[in-house]
Amino acid sequence: MFEVENLQVSYGQSQVIHDISFKANPNETLAIMGRNGMGKTTLFKSLMGILPSSASKLEVAGVDLLGNESYQRVAKGVAYVPQGRMIFPNLTVKENIETGLKVGKYKEIPDEIYSLFPVLHDMRHRKGGNLSGGQQQQLAIARALVTNPKVLLLDEPTEGIQPSIIKDIAKVLNEIRKMRDITIIVSEQVLSFTMEIADRIIVIEKGKFIHEDLREAVDADKIKKYLTV
Amino acid sequence: MGDFTFQELTSILAMQGFVGISLFSVLLLMALGLAIIFGQMGVINMAHGEFMALGAYTTYMLSMFTRTHYPELMPYYFFFAIIASFLVAGIVGYLTEFALIRHLYKRPLDTLLATWGLSLIMQQMFRTFFGSREVSPALPDWLMGSWMPTDSIFIPINGMFVLGLTTVVTFAVYYLMYRSSWGLNVRATTQNRVMSGAVGINTKQVDRLTFALGCGIAGIAGAAFTTIASTGPTTGSLYIVDTFMVVVFGGAASLFGTIASAFTIAQAQSILEFFISSSMAKVLTLLTLIIILMIRPEGLFASKVRK
Repeated sequence: MFEVENLQVSYGQSQVIHDISFKANPNETLAIMGRNGMGKTTLFKSLMGILPSSASKLEVAGVDLLGNESYQRVAKGVAYVPQGRMIFPNLTVKENIETGLKVGKYKEIPDEIYSLFPVLHDMRHRKGGNLSGGQQQQLAIARALVTNPKVLLLDEPTEGIQPSIIKDIAKVLNEIRKMRDITIIVSEQVLSFTMEIADRIIVIEKGKFIHEDLREAVDADKIKKYLTV
Repeated sequence: MGDFTFQELTSILAMQGFVGISLFSVLLLMALGLAIIFGQMGVINMAHGEFMALGAYTTYMLSMFTRTHYPELMPYYFFFAIIASFLVAGIVGYLTEFALIRHLYKRPLDTLLATWGLSLIMQQMFRTFFGSREVSPALPDWLMGSWMPTDSIFIPINGMFVLGLTTVVTFAVYYLMYRSSWGLNVRATTQNRVMSGAVGINTKQVDRLTFALGCGIAGIAGAAFTTIASTGPTTGSLYIVDTFMVVVFGGAASLFGTIASAFTIAQAQSILEFFISSSMAKVLTLLTLIIILMIRPEGLFASKVRK
C-alpha cells in the first residue's frame, strides 16, 4: 500500500503541486494523466525524493518515507523509471541493471529479468548509450525491477517510442504486476496505452487531481478532453 | 648530435627513457587520483599536489622514526611508509571532503578557489613543521644503486621500484573501478548523479570515499616520489600542472587514456630535455598537446556513445 497525503511541491516561491493525496494498493496499476506542464514529472520526482516536498504522510507498506533521500526510498521499496529513461550511457547493459542490485534481495541479475526482456540479454555487453530508445526504456524498467520494489513509478514510459514497442511495454507491465504483486504508478498522455494497463485513472491539471475513474467506468471522450489543449 | 656515437645515443635514449619512466610513474599515480576525483565529482582539486607532498612527508617522518627507534627495521620500513602515506593522505582527504568540498558541489569555480586556498594552507603548514629546506628520507640500501645491462647503461633500482609500485597501484585501481561493485557505484554516479540516487546508490558516501581514495593515491605518489627526488613545501605545486595536462590529454573518464597520456608526456619531456633545455622541452610538449587537443577536444581516448 502506497499512501500520500497533502503532498506539496514548490519551485522557489511558486507552489506547483497543491495538496495532492492518494492511495494505491498492491497489485494495482494507477495511471496519472495530464498534459505537458501539469505537474506529472514534478509529482514523480518529489515522490522519489529528487525534489524537496512536504507532506503530512508518505508511506510504503506502513514505512515512512518523509525526509528520506532517494537511495533510502529505494531501499524501502520505491523504484523509479524517469522520463527520458536516464540509463547510464557509458555502462554496459549488464552493468546498468547491476546498479540496481545494491538494495533488494538479489545478488545477481535474476533470470526473470532477462525472460521479461530477452533483448537485454542479447545486448548485455553493449553500452547502454548505444541502444535504441525502446531498448533503453526496457533497460530502465529492468534496472528498477532488480531493486525488488513494492512501488514502481514510471514517468511517461511511452514518450518517443515506436508503437510496436509501446505494445510490448504494456504487456510487460501487466506481466510484472501479475508476477510480483506490486503497485505500479504510471504517468501518461497516451490514452490507448493507459487503457491497456491501468486499473484506475486520475487526471492531473495545474498540480491538482481533478478527475478519477476506474478503468471500467472510464469515459474515454471525457479523458481525451482533459488531455487535448 | 654528431658528437655522439651510435652506441652512446642508444645508451642515452635508454637511460633518458628510463628517467622518463620514473617521471611517468609519479605523474600517473598523481593523475589517477586527480582523474578519479574529477570524473566522479567534477571537482578540480588544486590541492592534489599537496596531498602528494603529504605522502612524501609521511614517508620522511616514518623513516626518521625508524632510524632513531628501530634501526634494524630500516630495510623494510618503506613498505609500511607506502601504506602509511596512503592512509594519512586518504584520511586528510576524507576530512577535507567532509569539511570543505561537499558544501561546494555544483559550484566548480568555488571549489577551484577553495582547494587552491587549501593548497596554500598546506604548503605553509609544511613550511612551519618541516622547514623550507628540502628533505629526503633515509632510503633502505636495497633501493640504492643501479642495474647495468651494458657498460654504458645505468638503470637506477629506485626507478624500477617506483615503476613496479605504479603498476601494482594501477591494476588495483583498475580492479576497483571496473570489477568491483563499489566501482560500479562510482561510474554510475559519475554519469548521472540524480539517477544513481534513484536506483539506490548513496551518492554522498560514494563521493566521500572517492575523494579519500584519490587523495590516498596521491599519498602513494608522494611515497614513490621520495625515492627519486627530495621533498620541499612547494614540491606538490611543481607537479600539479603536469598532472592536469595528463588528465586533460588522456580524456578524464578513461583509465587507459590516462596511462597513455602520462607515458607520452613524461617520455617526450625527459628525452627532449637531454637535447634541448628543459623549458624548451616543456614548450614543445605543450605546443604538441594543444594541437592534438584542438583536433580531439575530449582527449585521446574518450569513449563514444549516443548522447
